[in-house]
Amino acid sequence: MTAGTDEVLSFDEAMEKYDPVLGFEVHVELNTKTKMFSSAPNAFGDVPNTNVTPVDLGLPGVLPVVNGVAVESAIKIGLALNCSIAEKCYFARKNYFYPDTPKNFQTSQFEDPIAHDGFLDIELTDGTVFRVEIERAHMEEDAGKLTHMGGSTGRIQGAEFSLVDYNRAGVPLIEIVTKPIEGAGSRAPELAKAYVAAIREIVKNLGVSDARMERGNVRCDANVSLRPHGRETFGTRTETKNVNSLRAVEHAVRYEIQRHAAVLDTGTPILQETRHWHEDTRSTTSGRPKSDADDYRYFPEPDLVPVVTNEAWIEKLRAELPEPPAERRKRLQADWGYSDAEFRDVVNAGVMSSIEDTIAAGVSAAVARKWWMGEISRRAKLADVEPAELGVSPELIVELNALIESGKINDKLSRDVLDGVLAGEGTPAEVVEKRGLAVVSDDGPLLEAIDGALAAQPDVADKIRGGKVQAVGAIVGGVMKATRGQADAGRVRELILERLGVEG
Amino acid sequence: MADLIHLSADALAQKLAAKEVSAVEATQAYLDRIDAVDGAINAFLHVNTEEALLVAAEVDKARADGDALHPLAGVPIAVKDLIVTRGQPTTAGSKILEGWQSPYDATVVKKLRAAKMPILGKTNLDEFAMGSSTEHSAYGPTRNPWDLDRIPGGSGGGSAAAVAAFEAPLALGTDTGGSIRQPGAVTGTVGVKPTYGGVSRYGAIAMASSLDQIGPVSRTVLDSALLHEVIGGHDPHDSTSLTDPVGALVEAARLGQVEGMRIGVIKELQGEGYQAGVLTRFHESLDLLRSAGAEIVEVSCPNFRYALEAYYLIMPSEASSNLAKYDGVRFGLRVVPDGAPTIERVMGATRAAGFGDEVKRRIILGTYALSAGYYDAYYGSAQKVRTLIQRDFAAAFEQADVLISPTAPTTAFKLGEKLDDPLAMYLNDVATIPANMAGVPGLSLPGGLADEDGLPVGIQLLAPARQDARLYRVGAVLESLLEESWGGPLLAKAPAIPGIAGGK
Repeated sequence: MTAGTDEVLSFDEAMEKYDPVLGFEVHVELNTKTKMFSSAPNAFGDVPNTNVTPVDLGLPGVLPVVNGVAVESAIKIGLALNCSIAEKCYFARKNYFYPDTPKNFQTSQFEDPIAHDGFLDIELTDGTVFRVEIERAHMEEDAGKLTHMGGSTGRIQGAEFSLVDYNRAGVPLIEIVTKPIEGAGSRAPELAKAYVAAIREIVKNLGVSDARMERGNVRCDANVSLRPHGRETFGTRTETKNVNSLRAVEHAVRYEIQRHAAVLDTGTPILQETRHWHEDTRSTTSGRPKSDADDYRYFPEPDLVPVVTNEAWIEKLRAELPEPPAERRKRLQADWGYSDAEFRDVVNAGVMSSIEDTIAAGVSAAVARKWWMGEISRRAKLADVEPAELGVSPELIVELNALIESGKINDKLSRDVLDGVLAGEGTPAEVVEKRGLAVVSDDGPLLEAIDGALAAQPDVADKIRGGKVQAVGAIVGGVMKATRGQADAGRVRELILERLGVEG
Repeated sequence: MADLIHLSADALAQKLAAKEVSAVEATQAYLDRIDAVDGAINAFLHVNTEEALLVAAEVDKARADGDALHPLAGVPIAVKDLIVTRGQPTTAGSKILEGWQSPYDATVVKKLRAAKMPILGKTNLDEFAMGSSTEHSAYGPTRNPWDLDRIPGGSGGGSAAAVAAFEAPLALGTDTGGSIRQPGAVTGTVGVKPTYGGVSRYGAIAMASSLDQIGPVSRTVLDSALLHEVIGGHDPHDSTSLTDPVGALVEAARLGQVEGMRIGVIKELQGEGYQAGVLTRFHESLDLLRSAGAEIVEVSCPNFRYALEAYYLIMPSEASSNLAKYDGVRFGLRVVPDGAPTIERVMGATRAAGFGDEVKRRIILGTYALSAGYYDAYYGSAQKVRTLIQRDFAAAFEQADVLISPTAPTTAFKLGEKLDDPLAMYLNDVATIPANMAGVPGLSLPGGLADEDGLPVGIQLLAPARQDARLYRVGAVLESLLEESWGGPLLAKAPAIPGIAGGK
């Protein structure tokens, strides 16, 4: 299948003529210890077909048993999405033959999802808030994983045979479905990304999912349709499957809008189908036709009894919910006194929680930001990891900062101390000791170095004597160089001016 | 030791406890009997000689050592081949599972093992329990010990015939629409379908999950009660299993008291379509119960007339989904067609070759009944009928403590007689199906021989859900009154099995 052969209109042109309508189905894999309906471990990356019981393989005679923790996670997600929680809900069988589905039906929910009719307010980058209505969130089980062998593309086309790993089969999933999202206009791609990011953040914040998109913990199917401005009825939609990064969600929605516009411009109808997203070409290709009448022969799962909730249980779970991420951000920004731009940078750098922890450990908001947005972010970028993954603890920053404030070390030296600590050389104080990094505070050696620097740059010394105090920087630089940075620059400046008899 | 095999399970258990006979002797006697008669009967698909003798020897040793033993320890048992067992094949009577060995034991099998009951082997059945004659087994029909040209009932013809032919004192059956009770009726044995949820279904290969139930097969009412107490009780692996304790069933059977009880004759389960000899024996039983002090009342269950039709929508619907897993991917038969087969073609060829006609008929029927556009009219309507049947039962049990009817409208028909007429075959279950539709317990016991053909007639008792004890209480009285009138057990009247040295 060749990718990217479709005609597309420019995004701006598409927007001039059409309104996009979006819809999302986001699958969240829960991080329960065991699977949705069996006692097999729910774990990623293990040897294929080891995390299975007879239930996960769909062997003759087996029966499912609902994972109570998964139900609680589903209720928490529902509450976080402002949904109503069903008093009684059922599982249903979705019947279709596919070898990654051991029973050839998926145990899911159909007419009675556990959570329904909620909403999520999405804040866009310019601060506008867009409300996305949630139709439902329901419980189901994941399928196994197929690996197609012998072909060049890794896809089923051209493969000689396929291998199946049932470790993932039966992993608890919550599918979150939006109502049609109208009125986003040219913000549609941005909204798409922000919506999926918000879902990811919420489930991570709830602690119910590891929320790692690269592992498929959060997977998005993005529905897009266009209609000419002013028309009420929806156009025909396409569903781009398994768009598995935030950037891809944004790009896929943008691409489909442009492709739809080009097709509609030629007067041809859009084919209702699934689309595959290709990261390399940043385009979609045709999947399989999908009609609203796809017949999965749903019927109530007779092997399971209904899930019955009650007010007390729901309220207990509601009381346990952590602060919603959006509210938390508002509170933290106010507490810390960061500007909008500063705070956005902090959020985008993924260091908000680290800063929160560091402040809690005992430094000012400004100091915490300096460290996390400065030195630690720089190192993370070099190492190509998340800042939080560098192993810098809030306590370490507190200690480093205390050393700086006491004048023992300066900012530049603190980086060497950090090196030493991360290299396992001990506590910051120990590293200072071992590496001999303390600021030279004895004036004797400093004066010696100052005299040397003045002698080396007599013209500068003259300028300073003549009143050009700002020229002192060059001498300070010379002294710092001579002391390998181990001098307190402020003190050096004072001493130079004193030496030359000039008022600072 | 011909006498040994004619003992009831209770009598054998007492002799074992008194050390008058060893478990190895008893087990060997049954294995010898299987060896002698099963060529003619074909009740067993697998004989478990080695393991059965091993377990028997363990029991003898434990008894010699003075260890505590279950009352039924050392009493052998046959298991319907729809129930999975480690160490023996489980075929469900189908080619699609030929040679398959389960890696796990059904919960009921675990309980048999815990009680140290030697498992004699696996008994024949209609493929996936679909049939009323055991003619739909892929491994040849089982023959009725009363007349080898006649059917032993179905689907559990193997278990009933094994017990009737003294190849086992006890057996396990499964009952979805009468598969324990109707074979009991036509072979002159006792069979019980417990309350839905009373016995764990974990490890019983599902036909229709909301109707299936495992239950005991025996030669006396008390023996069924003894076995019922072994296999009953809550199982965390079966979400539909009741949390109630199994109840004092043996006590009820030993008590055997009907004085002052109201026994309801179901108006709709007699008359047209019922063989004259069946009705004669049925009315005789009513007279006996009346003479023992029971009050015989007539009740009406008007919606029972729709039960068969509704059953033949619900059962195939669930079966079509339950049987989807037999696709050649993970276990059992795999047929790879010539050429470059796709997974769809492998699944198709496997199912085409592996399933028999009756199974295919029900899969197609069920697939159709669940499909979009037909679901409401078929599956939906059938579920409404089910509710009406439950209401009929509820109303009837307002007027009566136990209900009574013939178990089957006719005595055993000839092999091949109804094979080309599925509807005629289905009609044989007209009196047993309502209990499955409502989840209530039912018991069939021998009611004598029909005058016109000299073949066994079954009497069915039905009780409200969770009141299984009432079945044993009334059944034991009726059994003793009938046996008094016959001068001994009905099976004593059975003709010798042709071609067997020493007759029966």
